[in-house]
Amino acid sequence: MITTTGLTKVYRTHRSRGGEVTALDGVDLHVREGEVYGVIGQSGAGKSSLIRCVNLLERPTSGTVTVDGRDLTALAGRGPRAGRELRQARSRIGMVFQHFNLLSSRTVQDNVELPLEILGKSGKERSRKALELLDLVGLADKAKAYPAQLSGGQKQRVGIARALTGDPKVLLSDEATSALDPETTRSILHLLRDLNRRLGLTVLLITHEMDVVKSICDSAALMENGRIVESGTVTELLATPGSELASALFPVGGEASGDDRTVLDVTFHGDSATQPVISQLSRTYNIDISILGAAIDTVGGLQVGRMRIELPGRYEDNVVPVGFLREQGLQIDVVDREQPALVKEGAK
Amino acid sequence: MTWSEMQPLLEQACTETLIMVGWSTLIAVVGGLPLGILLVLTDRGGLLRNTLVNKVIGQIVNIGRSLPFIILMVALMDFTRWITGTTIGSEAAIVPLAIGGIPFFARLVETAVREVDHGLVEAVQAMGGNTWTIVRKVLVPEALPSLIASTTTTVIALIGYSAMAGTVGGGGLGDLAVRYGYQRFETGLMWITVAILAVAISLIQFAGDYAARALHSRGGRSGPSPRLRFLKAEEPAAADISKVA
Repeated sequence: MITTTGLTKVYRTHRSRGGEVTALDGVDLHVREGEVYGVIGQSGAGKSSLIRCVNLLERPTSGTVTVDGRDLTALAGRGPRAGRELRQARSRIGMVFQHFNLLSSRTVQDNVELPLEILGKSGKERSRKALELLDLVGLADKAKAYPAQLSGGQKQRVGIARALTGDPKVLLSDEATSALDPETTRSILHLLRDLNRRLGLTVLLITHEMDVVKSICDSAALMENGRIVESGTVTELLATPGSELASALFPVGGEASGDDRTVLDVTFHGDSATQPVISQLSRTYNIDISILGAAIDTVGGLQVGRMRIELPGRYEDNVVPVGFLREQGLQIDVVDREQPALVKEGAK
Repeated sequence: MTWSEMQPLLEQACTETLIMVGWSTLIAVVGGLPLGILLVLTDRGGLLRNTLVNKVIGQIVNIGRSLPFIILMVALMDFTRWITGTTIGSEAAIVPLAIGGIPFFARLVETAVREVDHGLVEAVQAMGGNTWTIVRKVLVPEALPSLIASTTTTVIALIGYSAMAGTVGGGGLGDLAVRYGYQRFETGLMWITVAILAVAISLIQFAGDYAARALHSRGGRSGPSPRLRFLKAEEPAAADISKVA
């Protein structure tokens, strides 16, 4: 649905001195239709530039952006102004912002109607559509209120309703929950998830909060210094040994309780987790297993996540049980007590 | 000088001031608004970035602003005669007043429009709006409270300028005060004109503040004007004192 190839954005910080900042350094992004895709990274990693390049609010220095089969970079034309074709393409891409960006001089309903005003729709059609969308985001009773009278979460709901007025297939979310408290963040994420499922909306969101990715994203990418370091579906990331995103998404902790213990990190990527492997292991080899920590989610009916377990005896004594777990298709990493870092076993 | 002698003089002077200030304000707003917006749009990082146009308009506005009004008035005499056919009277005074008012208002518009959150512009761009849409639906409506405050400031400045126009035959209250108060020692009449001007300016300021505040509290994003914020801040303090007592 959204594809970027070799996207590069260089800002010239000082014209005469020739200072340059590379915000995007050859970004290839592929967002499938109907998925929620999260791009996570610290401030300055280039997330904002990336999402602004997708609807060409920022013009990439080089590379292409294709949304719904249209090459937007080809529509861009020259000069700072957007041509008619690009503006039309933009009206089919919804965008929500961290600071909501609602017009304070307009009521909630008029704010939601604005994209339709731009498209030149009649008054009756506009208000019908606006009220329908306000109902969808749960703000039907606030149509006549002004943004200043709303809470942050309500403002973002208006922002989302406004982003949906053009019946977009794609929704871009620029840190939409970063200005909200945790409770409101959850409800806004829930709304985005719901819209994604009900309307088949493809959502590309950028965030610096791992929780956001964890709670709604089907796929994620990690950005550092203008590059995408890791990307893939949550399951794919889990299956990647040493994936930073996977360990951040499914953090497990826990120390070994004694010297002669073996600590294993077991990763479920969805195919095997329907079988109760841990209890099978316990029964088959007659060993006592303690669970030190676990982070497991059910995604699409399959369990994905990681679990840290402890087996009695040193690693040498546990070669057979570890072999059993690997046979079940699980990824096993042995945690070395001397070094807290994972010992990468050739599991894959 | 009795009141019956003063009354027709005052009435005529008030009408003349009203005509001069009314028309020149109208022209200043109509001319200054697009210029001010253009100054923002053509500036670096603006939607219609154009350094040449920006520099030219900026220079014209600066020259217009830096000239003392009385000199501008004299300098524009030929132009005034070309437009109105005369250089004397209220109608003639409107020309330099309006020309002095345009750059004055344009700078105020520029400041007001610059304060509009760039995120709003970006949001409308993301919806597919063009520059004209952004001006009409974002910049002007969002800056409206500030624009009203700017208009108030312009009207008051033009009342001041109109008094100077009076000295070269423009008529109006300023002219009356100078001719009778200064040249004929009619101190009473002079004080009456001073009072009328003071009351008029207070009323205009009040009406302007009221309108700006009404628009603000509707939007409320940037809160009430600084003066009103000060008044509001006092209230809870007073309440605290009474609690202690």
